[in-house]
Amino acid sequence: MARPRPRITRDPNIEFIDDKSGPRVVHYGTRFREVSLPRGSRVIYPNPPMEPLGNVKAAIRYALNHPLEADPLYAQLRPGMKLTIAMDDISLPLPPMVLPDIRQLILTEILELCAKNGVDDIHLIVAVCLHRHMTGPEVRRMVGDKIYNEYWPDRLYNHDAEDLENIVEIGQTDHGEPVRLNRRAVESDLLIYVNVNLVPMDGGHKSVTVGLCDYKSVSMHHNTRTMHKCHSYMDPRPEKSQLSKIVDRMGRIVDEKMNVFHIETALNNDMYGPALKHLGKHESRWTEFDRAKFQASNAVLERVPEAARRKILESVPAPYGVIAVAAGKTEPVHARILEASFKQYAVPVKGQCDVLVAGIPFISPYNVNSTLNPLLVQVMALGYLFNFYRGEPLVKKDGVMIIFHPCAEDFNRTHHPSYVEFYHRILSIGTNSYDIHKYEKEFAENPDYIQMYRKGNAYHGVHPFYMWYWGDAGRAWVGKVIVVDPENTRVPTQLGWEWARDFETAMDMARSYLGKSQPEVTLSHAPPIMVCDVEA
Amino acid sequence: MKAAAFYDVDGTLVSTNVVHVYAYYARNVPTLTGKLKRSVGLAASLPFYAFADKRGRKFFNDMFYKNYADITADRLHVLGEELFEKIVQKRIFRDMVELMKRSRAEGYAQVLVTGAISQMVRPMAKYLEVDAWFANELEIVDGRATGRLVPPVLAGPEKAAFVRRYAIEQGYDLNLCRAYADSASDIPMLCTVGRPVAVNPDSNLRATATAHDWPIIQAS
Repeated sequence: MARPRPRITRDPNIEFIDDKSGPRVVHYGTRFREVSLPRGSRVIYPNPPMEPLGNVKAAIRYALNHPLEADPLYAQLRPGMKLTIAMDDISLPLPPMVLPDIRQLILTEILELCAKNGVDDIHLIVAVCLHRHMTGPEVRRMVGDKIYNEYWPDRLYNHDAEDLENIVEIGQTDHGEPVRLNRRAVESDLLIYVNVNLVPMDGGHKSVTVGLCDYKSVSMHHNTRTMHKCHSYMDPRPEKSQLSKIVDRMGRIVDEKMNVFHIETALNNDMYGPALKHLGKHESRWTEFDRAKFQASNAVLERVPEAARRKILESVPAPYGVIAVAAGKTEPVHARILEASFKQYAVPVKGQCDVLVAGIPFISPYNVNSTLNPLLVQVMALGYLFNFYRGEPLVKKDGVMIIFHPCAEDFNRTHHPSYVEFYHRILSIGTNSYDIHKYEKEFAENPDYIQMYRKGNAYHGVHPFYMWYWGDAGRAWVGKVIVVDPENTRVPTQLGWEWARDFETAMDMARSYLGKSQPEVTLSHAPPIMVCDVEA
Repeated sequence: MKAAAFYDVDGTLVSTNVVHVYAYYARNVPTLTGKLKRSVGLAASLPFYAFADKRGRKFFNDMFYKNYADITADRLHVLGEELFEKIVQKRIFRDMVELMKRSRAEGYAQVLVTGAISQMVRPMAKYLEVDAWFANELEIVDGRATGRLVPPVLAGPEKAAFVRRYAIEQGYDLNLCRAYADSASDIPMLCTVGRPVAVNPDSNLRATATAHDWPIIQAS
């Protein structure tokens, strides 16, 4: 078979590898790897960051005063009312943004309005659902010193999904799904939700319906049946995502029974600070200075221990810019924000590939200030990178994913205690979610894990199951996952994957598996985040 | 029930320990001289007890319970009730009560296994409505404590052996059983069950728990 001819493209997001192309840089946990792709391979780059709003405070004020299908916020505030403000947790955005955090700016505006209108019974709740509770310093960073000092911890706190006395069922959908939410939010005259939208899965009905619910409610859609019916998680249309469909019908109960005022924001994808700015550029456009910076930073990262590498990378906040703010009723607000988000994230792509190559970065929504353990590597590969598409998946059915990550068997016992048991015990029983979901309840009701979730900073006991289900659609679609250069080869084996010492060997394994000597190879150059609109 | 959850008591379920208990007794000796003698004696001996505990819980128990010599059995009983009402009950970790409730709902038998003396543990066991409790017994001769414990003394490896024997007798699957403790002296007991949990652990237990991926709970 003839080798594919290099194609010339004017598409700003696509580059094809030819004989003159240099290696491409991929994430490899807290480090980077340079990969020489076969000639003819396609590299898909995210869009460049959109120009942020010039005056974010003014945009927030405008949104509050001109909400969509709702009265202006000031008109809904009255003395003596009970007000709850819920907000997204530390899983958004990634990495945490340069201060001030957008939530701080919005909360400041809202609280000023409240003060002017005589509203003083105010609680602020971090809508963690079954995520770990944020620590005081993390909350302080998110809301700013002034709000933190005034409200924490009595009137600014984490939602507790296991405080069953303070969970109220407000109704059920016509499919029998119970909507069980935080009592304070339910019993408030007005619930304001402050959202940060980083991927199209965020925001909308998910904010209140998931962020403030309990295990019983969340298990209605966080299950393997639902995940297998999603194509993809990033496509919020109900016909494409069973997850969105269920969350939306549960959310409509919320809108019927409660007075909710949503404030959503969309960020651009400017995730790399000045020191790492070159990583957001096409390698072919790197200057000598960019290359020198990459080599210097890589040399440092290769020489220091893992914990130090993580500290270095965590110390660089993302200079995200706000590109849209909207407020008002849930659905029109979300539609407005999704439109802005997709302008930033959507990348048109023609044709699927046989082999999808991707690097796994050091951070995910579930390990801010922590390690990316094996289950999170799995969720980043099959849950996120695989699902960053609309239309058709980027990789063909039964195709191969080649990923780069060192795959250390390293768990943070404070944040992920139940992950350890899941990884060692449950994955030794099986990797098929339909086989292992019978153990879910045992983890969900384990009193030790519940205690660590409620009074510590642990993800809920059931969370590792959700991480595994999150990979279900990808696992069902992809024929083989091959990890390049794992430091601990037991990890890919335990995850049901294969491994290769280098990229060339991984490609040979892919060729052999696919029975093709020249498979079509695509490198997804994410992060930053992009959503590929794939036309088969 | 398929399995049991075994709880150490001092430091695990309550923020008191055997020294607090004896201090309460010492303060409540009826005569002023007796009160002074026992209280000052206890204060002076604290460094020694710290050293004894480092050497081993059994050694500590052998030394410490000598303080109880000559106390009448009925007085110990009354003091146990009083101590629980006035001091211990207030210091029970609410988080652990909640945890025990959830554990019971899961079908786990609730069992206390402690090195404290039975007179002090009985009221707490009743209050917590546990399924079974096991504590050390002071030897009583002619109605008075001798200051010795009736063997086998529940401490360190003996606690572990006891838990194993008891679980087998009751038909519990040790792999499914849980054990909760705060101190490195209970590592043998924790190692006996399939699901050990460190509660407000001391530094040695924390290191062990971290090394073996045991859950670590902060309770208050």
